[in-house]
Amino acid sequence: MNKFIAGMIAVFGAAAFAIFCIIVFEAPPIDTVQRGFRGLGMVENTNPRLERIKVGANQLPEPTPPSDKAGHTAASVYKNVPILGSMDEADFLRLMSDITAWVAPQQGCVYCHDENDYAAERPYTKIVSRRMLEMVRYINGSWKTHVADTGVSCFACHRGQPVPANAWFLPKRSQPFNIVGNRPAQNLATGSENVAFMAVQNQPFAPFLQKTDEIRVVPTRVLHGKNVPSMQATEATYGLMGHISQALGVNCTYCHNSRSFMSWDQSTPQRSTAWYAIRMVRALNNDYLEPLKPVFPANRLGPQGDVAKVNCTTCHAGVAKPLYGAAMIKDYPILVGPAPARTASAAK
Amino acid sequence: MAMLSFERKYRVRGGTLIGGDLFDFWVGPFYVGFFGVTTIVFATLGTLLIVYAAALGPTWNIWQINIAPPDLKYGLGLAPLKEGGFWQLITVCALGAFVSWALRQAEIARKLGMGYHIPVAFSFAIFAYFSLVVIRPVLLGAWGHGFPYGIMSHLDWVSNTGYQFLHFHYNPAHCLAITFFFTTCLALAMHGSLILSASNPGEGEKVKGAEHENTIFRDTIGYSIGTLAIHRLGLFLAISAAFWSAVCIIISGPFWTRGWPEWWSWWLDLPIWS
Repeated sequence: MNKFIAGMIAVFGAAAFAIFCIIVFEAPPIDTVQRGFRGLGMVENTNPRLERIKVGANQLPEPTPPSDKAGHTAASVYKNVPILGSMDEADFLRLMSDITAWVAPQQGCVYCHDENDYAAERPYTKIVSRRMLEMVRYINGSWKTHVADTGVSCFACHRGQPVPANAWFLPKRSQPFNIVGNRPAQNLATGSENVAFMAVQNQPFAPFLQKTDEIRVVPTRVLHGKNVPSMQATEATYGLMGHISQALGVNCTYCHNSRSFMSWDQSTPQRSTAWYAIRMVRALNNDYLEPLKPVFPANRLGPQGDVAKVNCTTCHAGVAKPLYGAAMIKDYPILVGPAPARTASAAK
Repeated sequence: MAMLSFERKYRVRGGTLIGGDLFDFWVGPFYVGFFGVTTIVFATLGTLLIVYAAALGPTWNIWQINIAPPDLKYGLGLAPLKEGGFWQLITVCALGAFVSWALRQAEIARKLGMGYHIPVAFSFAIFAYFSLVVIRPVLLGAWGHGFPYGIMSHLDWVSNTGYQFLHFHYNPAHCLAITFFFTTCLALAMHGSLILSASNPGEGEKVKGAEHENTIFRDTIGYSIGTLAIHRLGLFLAISAAFWSAVCIIISGPFWTRGWPEWWSWWLDLPIWS
C-alpha cells in the first residue's frame, strides 16, 4: 500500500514536472547566427516561433502613395508652418495624414489641431508635435552614426499611439536610506523588466540615459588602487546593458566579445552604433523631451513631475534594427535635418 | 614492476565483454582487454591529431593553441580538416577513448565480480562532455556549437556562451549543478576529516572505528548518516553535479533562447498574483 502511494506520488510528480517544463521552456528547432570566429561562442539564438510573432508586431505601415505636386509651398497656403512650410503642399498634406496614422489614428487631426483654427497654437499637443518634428529632423540629420540612412519617423516610437508605449519616467521616490531599511530599486519584481529581469538596480535610465554617469567599470590598472569602480557601479552598468539587450532582442555577444568587454578591437561594429545611441538618447532626453515639461498637462507627467523620456526600447521594441530595418525616411526628405558642423563633437 | 604478493589471486580469467581471451592479459600493473587497446588507439590518434592541428596553427604558445569547431554554416555535416574537420575527428577520438575507458572499467568490475558503480559514475563525466560536443550541437543543428579545444579558447567559449544568456547564474540547472559541486566538496571534506580523525590518531593512541565516527556526528548535529550511506551520498552528490552541469548547457539554446533571468518570469506570471 505504501509502495502504491509512493508510486502514485512519483508518477504524478513526474507528470507535473514534465508539464511545468513544457510550459516554461522553449523547444528546438532554434535559429542561430554566428557572429564571431568559429568556436568563439559569439552566437545569436532565436526561436523562430517567437520571432514570427515579433515580426508581425513590428511592421511599418504602408506610406500614403505620393500625389502629384501642387506646385506651391505649404507656407503659401497655410499660416504658421515654421518647420514644414517649405514643403510642396501636396507632400505636406501627405505627411500630415501619415503623421496622423503614425501618432493618433483614432483621434485624427484634432489630436494636435484646434478643429476651428488649424493654425492656432493649441492644444498643447501641437507644441509638442512641432518639437518632436524638430527632434526627428535632428536625429536623422545629426545622428547618422546611429540611425544611418534608415532614419526614424514618428512611427519608430509612437507605433500608432499618442504616447509611445515604451517611454520611461523617473520612478516614485523610494524610501530614504535609514536604519529601518533601504531598497535602492533592487531585488524587486516591479521594474526588473527594465534590466532584463536581473536582481540589480532596476533604474538605469536616469543615470546613464539622462545624466552622464560613467558606464565603463573595468579598471584600467592591474592592481587595485583608488577610484576603482564599486560593485554598485558595476551592477548599474550591468543593468543598463541588460536593458540594451532586452530592447534589441540580442545577447551580450551582439556587441561584445566577453573575453574583454571594454576592448574595442575585440568588439563587433554594432558596439560603436550603440555607443552613439547612448549619446543620442541623452541628447534627446535633455534637449528635446525634458524641456517640454511646462507644455505638458500634469496627467502626462510622471510621479516625480518629469516628462516621458526615451530609452532603447522606445524605438527598438525588442528588435535589433527597429521595424526590421524598414527605411523610414526615404519618402520624407523633410524629416532629415541639417548635418552638424562637426559630428565628433556630438559625443559627450 | 613487480606484482604484489596477493595480487595474483585477483588476476583471474574471464569477464570480458568483447574479444574473449584475446586481450585478456596484463601489461605490468595494467589490465589490457579489448577496450584497453581501443583506449590506446583513440587516445594516441586523438593526441597526435591535436598536435598536428596545433602545428598547422599560428602558435605553439600552450595557452593560445586553439583547435576550433567548424563554422555554423557546415551544420551537422563534415567540415574541411583545417576549418573544423580536425575538431570533429578529435571529438570522435575523445569520445572513443572515454567510452573505451568506461567499458574497460566495466570489464575489470566483471572480472572481480564487483558492481558497476565505477563505470556508471565515470559515465556521468562522459555524458557531460557528450552533452557539450554532441547533444547540444545536434539540437541546435551545427557542430559549430561545440566548444573549441584550447586552454584559453575554451574559456572564451564558456564566457561568451554564458553571456549569450545575459546572466548564466540564473540558469536553474546551473544553480543545481553549482549547489551539488559545493555540496560534494562539503561532504568530501567532512568525510575525509572524519576518517582521518578516527583512523589516523597520534602516536600511542588507539585507532577508532565506526562508533566513534557516528558518535562525533551525533553529538554535533544529532545525526550520523553511517559508514555505508556516506558513500552513497557522496556518489549521488558527485554524479548529480555532473548531470545537472550537462542539463544546464543542453537547455541553454535548444530549450531557452533569451536571457536566463527572464526565464524566472514564470514565477512572476503565476496566476496567484499576476
